[in-house]
Amino acid sequence: MALAFDQDFSRNLTLTIDNVSHGYDLADRRLQVLDNILITVEAGEFVALLGPSGCGKSTLLRLAAGLEKPSTGALKEDGRTIEKPDPDRILVFQEASLFPWLTVRKNIAAGLDARGVLKEQAHRIDEVLKLVKLEAFADAYPHQLSGGMAQRVAIARALVNDPKLLLLDEPFGRLDSLTRLSMQQELTRLWRAAGFTALLVTHDVEEALLLADRVIVFSDRPARIVAELAVDKPHPRRRDDADLVHLRQTLLQRLGVADDV
Amino acid sequence: MSDAVHSNFGAVSGANSLRNTILWRDGLLAAASWGGAATITYALPDVISWGATNLFATVIGVGALLFLVLSVAVPRLGERTKTLAHYGPWFIAIGLWFATWEIVTAKLGWLPKPFFSPPQGLLHVYITDWERLLICVTYTARLWVLGFFSGVAVGFVAGVALGWSKRFAYWGMPVLKLIGPVPASAWIPCTFFIFPSTFHASIFLVALASGIPVAILTAAGVGQVNRTYYDVARTLGADNRYLIFKVAIPASLPNVFVGLFMGLYYSFAVLVVAEMLGAKFGLGWYLQFNTAYSAYANVYAALIIMALICAGLVRLLFILRDRLLGWQKGII
Repeated sequence: MALAFDQDFSRNLTLTIDNVSHGYDLADRRLQVLDNILITVEAGEFVALLGPSGCGKSTLLRLAAGLEKPSTGALKEDGRTIEKPDPDRILVFQEASLFPWLTVRKNIAAGLDARGVLKEQAHRIDEVLKLVKLEAFADAYPHQLSGGMAQRVAIARALVNDPKLLLLDEPFGRLDSLTRLSMQQELTRLWRAAGFTALLVTHDVEEALLLADRVIVFSDRPARIVAELAVDKPHPRRRDDADLVHLRQTLLQRLGVADDV
Repeated sequence: MSDAVHSNFGAVSGANSLRNTILWRDGLLAAASWGGAATITYALPDVISWGATNLFATVIGVGALLFLVLSVAVPRLGERTKTLAHYGPWFIAIGLWFATWEIVTAKLGWLPKPFFSPPQGLLHVYITDWERLLICVTYTARLWVLGFFSGVAVGFVAGVALGWSKRFAYWGMPVLKLIGPVPASAWIPCTFFIFPSTFHASIFLVALASGIPVAILTAAGVGQVNRTYYDVARTLGADNRYLIFKVAIPASLPNVFVGLFMGLYYSFAVLVVAEMLGAKFGLGWYLQFNTAYSAYANVYAALIIMALICAGLVRLLFILRDRLLGWQKGII
């Protein structure tokens, strides 16, 4: 447990996923999606969850965000059980899911508004707009943005609240490959600058290796942890780095290659 | 006619385009059709006296002169008269319509009195009965404003509650579906008993007609809101109040407006019934009163006023919608 104060004053938390199993009751049977998951994400760490599509990774993020409660086991932030959503833990969805009736600026302001701190912290909106390089689009409506811009707004909308934990559910999955590359770089930059704890769900092996300190491989549904792998490379990383290419091979094997990637 | 349409787009070449820059051709044709209608009205005898025949001829004659002036002025005023030029073909058609209407009613009597009325018959109503019509418009406006706005307010709140709360929907939705299709006149016995005065009963009927579509569509709108918006808002720290007022309501506003448009039309349709209930004045009352006396010219005259008011209100609602739902552009 990270009890000591962080040297660089960054806001983050330790996420403990303690023997979590979860399932849904369907009409005729029970669908088990998570099976006995045990992960500790250290404060400030960037962990990637890698696994086939639809294996239950996204469910784990919803549990960590507090949108749902696990069937058994518990999720804890700095030792306290997560009961409900909290702006300290923000989930960025696969689709940007911006509110279409609000401008970019007001979308970003939504969290501050919801918590009633909009007046005191309005200056932060301009800061994050600059951070995601969208100052020029502050007054645009979501339908006027490209997919990459919208996803940047979604990330800005999370970051403006200064979250301790950022949960990312395949945030770049729907973007074209060029946009995805630059967004991955940007995310690394933001994470290193802000120091939050990050949990990224992806089915893109390269993305996991480029961004994360640690990659956890999930099995097909119900998801179990089948491998865990530290990526001990300084940022910025090159995707053609020999060690990463080697790790990529290992991971692909773990995933049963031909199946999904 | 097709030439007239073409000249609007300035797409005609050669000698034509030269003439177009000097004269507004549609204006000239409108002047001709209006002038023709004026001549027919003035020169041919009416089969039965309608009154105001010469006055009507003068009015459209002046209209014809006005178009004559405009046909010279429009090309010189350029951009400012674009809307006017756009409706050029309509002006021509209206002149032709006046002429035809005049011939088949007043001049030949094919469409006889009292079932039909030539334009001068309506004009005659306006100049002889304008005071009463004005009072009627005021009375109807009071009834409509009170009924429509109270109905919309209650319908909107009920719709949000129905769309948001499962328990509310469990009890409310079946009731709404049952009372929704009941015709307004069927409520009259109950309303007489429940409300202290017939005026209150009338307000209730208008409110019901406008409130029910708003309630149904608002409920549907709130129910259809993308769940992800709620999840996003909740992770950002939103409470229920925020979810209702800043997510559910704005997200369902496009539906609410559909309900408002429907409610507006229904409220006008129900005015006649609402003013059956012992009203002394009002356009609906005026329609019934004159129908009873076979004064169909008065009926037509009042109908035209109602149609114009309704169209004006629809226009206002469109402006309001465009202002509030500007964010929708490119989505639908």
